[in-house]
Amino acid sequence: MKSRIKDILKTTARLPVDVATLSDDADLYNAGLTSFGTVELMMALEEAFEVEFPDKMMNRRNFASVAAIENAIQSIQSERV
Amino acid sequence: MSPAASRPATEPQPKASIESRQRPVLVDLGARAESEKAMIARARAVARIAAEHAADVDAKARFPQEAFEALRTQRLLGIMIPAAHGGEQASLATIAEIGSILARGCSSTGMIYAMHQIKVSSLVVHCGADTWHRGFMARIADEQLLLASATTEGGGVGGDLRSSVCGVMRDGEDFTLEKEGCLISYGAQADAILITARRTPEAPPSDQVMAVVTRDQYRLERSAVWDTMGMRGTCSDNFTFAGRAPAQQIIPTPFAEIAAQSMLAHAHLLWAGVWYGIAAEAVARAESFVRGEARKRPGTTPPSALRLAELLARLQQFKALVVAGLDRYERARDDADELSSMGFVVAMNSIKIAASQSVGEIVSQAFLICGIQGYRNDSPSSLARLMRDALSAPIMINNDRILGNTSNLLAVYKHDSSLSR
Repeated sequence: MKSRIKDILKTTARLPVDVATLSDDADLYNAGLTSFGTVELMMALEEAFEVEFPDKMMNRRNFASVAAIENAIQSIQSERV
Repeated sequence: MSPAASRPATEPQPKASIESRQRPVLVDLGARAESEKAMIARARAVARIAAEHAADVDAKARFPQEAFEALRTQRLLGIMIPAAHGGEQASLATIAEIGSILARGCSSTGMIYAMHQIKVSSLVVHCGADTWHRGFMARIADEQLLLASATTEGGGVGGDLRSSVCGVMRDGEDFTLEKEGCLISYGAQADAILITARRTPEAPPSDQVMAVVTRDQYRLERSAVWDTMGMRGTCSDNFTFAGRAPAQQIIPTPFAEIAAQSMLAHAHLLWAGVWYGIAAEAVARAESFVRGEARKRPGTTPPSALRLAELLARLQQFKALVVAGLDRYERARDDADELSSMGFVVAMNSIKIAASQSVGEIVSQAFLICGIQGYRNDSPSSLARLMRDALSAPIMINNDRILGNTSNLLAVYKHDSSLSR
């Protein structure tokens, strides 16, 4: 899942740095993720993983790193099952 | 490595930071209420001094020196700081009230006070676990230091505080920093500046840190003088900053987190409080005018009283906006996820937009009541300075920039329609 997330990051989040150089725990906001980038990313993730982020999950922590995004998506998926 | 990167993503906040922000309300509600009432009474005494000098501050575009001497004497500069570091741990609601009271006497004094407290909030919220900054908070409370902010920059960055051109240069145990063309309100009068820069000169523009640099550690070269229509006493000159300080004065929390978790709410709520004070002063002058009219013709209600009744409804709406915002912050303040949630960001942005529009509308409606006496510079009902000051609100962080930031979220955002939130 992490590599799919990174692919989506690369095409949607408009980061000024090369996504391949970021570790799974690297802070995406420090890497230049903006609120607009987060929204674009969220939309792409919702489509790719067929999930919808509830209001409660639309916060900074859930999009702070590749690992955090994976965590968030997994928790939405597990609640659905 | 940055602290944020080394922290597991599932842990909401470092423990020390939560401990440092324990609410006094949980300790002793009665005692706090009394001590905060006393602070508000002290602020009223300062506001009388600020009001006496407001016209001269405005005419000469000079720093409200007398008001700040009084704020130091009344020891109101360090009240946000936790008791453990020598402060009084005042609530944000009390600090907003003080900003509003000061603004009724002199808008520039209120705004400088708000800007200072916004800087203090970065230390209070993010530096509770950090030895140097804890010591510095104790100094603010003890010596009543005034903090300024250098978050903007020349070189195309302008007012975008989440982007820097300059970077921190390490030199042994120290760092050096040069920042060009930054607007620093009361920069020449401040005792310390909280300045943003890239983590290193090579870091991306958004990978920023904030450092505390004290007066003895920097030089300021003025490149432009603040000669504006209103808010003239804030002395928001442009400077080139050059400083050198020990590296431990850099705040460990990344600036991205400070901006999102504490600055957004503190800035919008404290500014809104100041603008409310300006609007309340305009309404007070209109009320006084209407009372005077009523006494001239006993038995008839002056026609301007109808407009005043309308204006009171508008002021009440403004007050409710600020009070609800402060209440929402108080309930969210220990919940990092809520503070960074889209709903909270939209709410704070909306408060800024609504408050900054309200102040101008209320002052301009007051002109219809006070008439020519409001338009004159030399009458007790004059609204001229208040109007000029109020017009700064929509452009102090341009409302279009803020609406743009909110509009960027709307592809996914859904508002909460509940009345009880």
